[in-house]
Amino acid sequence: IGCETACLVLQLQTVTLIPGDGIGPEISSAVMKIFEAAKAPIQWEERNVTAIKGPGGRWMIPPDAKESMDKSKIGLKGPLKTPIAAGHPSMNLLLRKTFDLYANVRPCVSIEGYKTPYTDVNLVTIRENTEGEYSGIEHVIVDGVVQSIKLITENASRRIAEYAFEYARNNQRASVTAVHKANIMRMSDGLFLRKCREVAENFKDIKFTEMYLDTVCLNMVQDPTQFDVLVMPNLYGDILSDLCAGLIGGLGVTPSGNIGANGVAIFESVHGTAPDIAGLDLANPTALLLSAVMMLRHMGLHGYGKKIETACFDTIRDKKVLTKDLGGNSKCSEFTAEICRRVQDLD
Amino acid sequence: MTARSICSLSRALKAVWSDRLALSAAARVHGAASCNQRHKSTYTSIPPPARYGGRHTVTLIPGDGIGPELANHVRELFRFCCVPVDFEVANVDSSLASEDDINNAIMAIRRNGVALKGNIETNHNLPPSYKSRNNLLRTTLDLYANVMHCQSLPGVRTRHKNIDILIIRENTEGEYSSLEHENVPGVVECLKIITRPKSLRIADYAFRTARERGRRRVTAVHKANIMKLADGLFLECCKEVASGYPEIAFDSMIVDNTTMQLVSRPQQFDVMVMPNLYGNVVSNVCAGLVGGPGLVPGANYGEDYALFETGTRNTGKSIANRNIANPTAMLLASCLLLDHLKLHAYASMIRRAIISTVTEARLHTADLGGQGSTSEVVQSIMKAIQSTGPMTLSI
Repeated sequence: IGCETACLVLQLQTVTLIPGDGIGPEISSAVMKIFEAAKAPIQWEERNVTAIKGPGGRWMIPPDAKESMDKSKIGLKGPLKTPIAAGHPSMNLLLRKTFDLYANVRPCVSIEGYKTPYTDVNLVTIRENTEGEYSGIEHVIVDGVVQSIKLITENASRRIAEYAFEYARNNQRASVTAVHKANIMRMSDGLFLRKCREVAENFKDIKFTEMYLDTVCLNMVQDPTQFDVLVMPNLYGDILSDLCAGLIGGLGVTPSGNIGANGVAIFESVHGTAPDIAGLDLANPTALLLSAVMMLRHMGLHGYGKKIETACFDTIRDKKVLTKDLGGNSKCSEFTAEICRRVQDLD
Repeated sequence: MTARSICSLSRALKAVWSDRLALSAAARVHGAASCNQRHKSTYTSIPPPARYGGRHTVTLIPGDGIGPELANHVRELFRFCCVPVDFEVANVDSSLASEDDINNAIMAIRRNGVALKGNIETNHNLPPSYKSRNNLLRTTLDLYANVMHCQSLPGVRTRHKNIDILIIRENTEGEYSSLEHENVPGVVECLKIITRPKSLRIADYAFRTARERGRRRVTAVHKANIMKLADGLFLECCKEVASGYPEIAFDSMIVDNTTMQLVSRPQQFDVMVMPNLYGNVVSNVCAGLVGGPGLVPGANYGEDYALFETGTRNTGKSIANRNIANPTAMLLASCLLLDHLKLHAYASMIRRAIISTVTEARLHTADLGGQGSTSEVVQSIMKAIQSTGPMTLSI
């Protein structure tokens, strides 16, 4: 740790910060305060990503946001609201398409001090984010018959499998499990499974298993400790990652990261914008904070990441200063101040 | 047969007949709609199959893994209780690519109208044109409704208590349409089909069942924010049907939120209706919440046929032939079968004995955290039945 801080002590790294809507701005400023207290070498560049109509009538994110991301390669994003009937697709979809964010990574670790019926959960769900059931290709064939197309391609499957195994190797995880339904969807999930098997050949140090989606669900709610890294196509990933988030306490405490091509990575909180408590200093910044910690680890700043994470978990475990959704009645600023204090104490 | 057992047998038959007459009288007086005792199978319009010589014939498909041993236990138990059911065994070999086995089984089910089955393994070494046999059975016989009742059982230790969820899953279309093609090498399309008639049918089934069983709320599970047309159509059909059942509350929930709610607060759900794949996920999550795959039975109903099996449809290859499988799910499925055949007295008797055995922790099998064996559990059930009255053969 000492060597690391010596090497990077004067090397500020830029991160594009997208505060988002609703409670987004307040939790983003909370995270910035905590990073300042930890003296992390991060320089924030705030950008807004309201969709604008570009040349040719296609919706796109503002060019300065794109430019900032392309330069810094790392982003931290708060919750974005999707206005209904605004004419443009959801912002999350737009970001995903712009930066080709193909992997959604959600580490789910039980938080000491935030009690749920499940203890000792420690798994990671890696979900293919670009194709599968969410290709958006649907049509009405005749009146009353609708067809939705699930697309599985060799390249996307190989790419996500490679990412999963690399993640496992870089984070000292012992096994990777491919989740599928190849007994029913023989060709599509069969292709996904074949690619996973092929990639597993190159990573002999990691144990590879395959399990049906229903078996995973069944075993997950009985004994989540048997799972390590899970890799799967889009829809199963959506369901399973939310299932695992529910095991550790919900979206308010779950970090999430999206990895894209060309080294781009955007880390985000996956909860909603909570418009009813926006601006009232009641929000819980834990999800965004843990996503920021994930970001630090991705950037190689493990020391700072551990420090901030420890401070956050200690605060929650102590139960003296907690926001309303965690069972306490402190304000967001008080919670943030407590974490800052602990971070400084840890130095 | 001794005179004593003949007397007891005739007493038993009289009990059964008087039960039937009382039931039909009750039905005439109160009307079928208000007959909401949960174990009566009035939720299908299928008439009871014909009884030749007073006995029903039921097709039995043992399947793979733990299927054959559980099927034997069912037969053993039925023989012990003198249940008037004969099994016609139709074996399906999962290692062969030919369709003869499964066609014979389907023909047998068409003939008998009712079946009990274990899960048939899908061999991945065969080419993709080989369809899952289980799926083939469901689609060919048009068993459109899969019904799974997940209830917390006393004596089974789980993280959540007081769960009582009825899951109704569309069984024939959706993501399981098995329509796939490879456009160019490396690009595969899989079609998910949602049709209006089938969605209306399953929604109507769900609301009718909810009404018959005195349930208050039906929740439709979907992903219409992403699959706007497909799940949008499903949701629309559910809303349409809901308007015809004003006494039952209707709401909807997105599938990922549903799984999150299920692991934090499953008590909020009553009846759930959903397309095929989400049904697969939700029913497995609920089965896990109430104690695992060894406890929950499943039923598949169609217009003309009914098929009973374990709820989570596992082959249990790793525990096959070791006498450690939990027979509860299969035996409860056989009780659902008896209810369907209107043999309610036998069904209640066997079900009572099974529940009393499950509450005894000493007899829990490995999946419930105990060390009991399958045969011990079945023996205990038979003892419990014998103690209730003289309707049985001696052990």
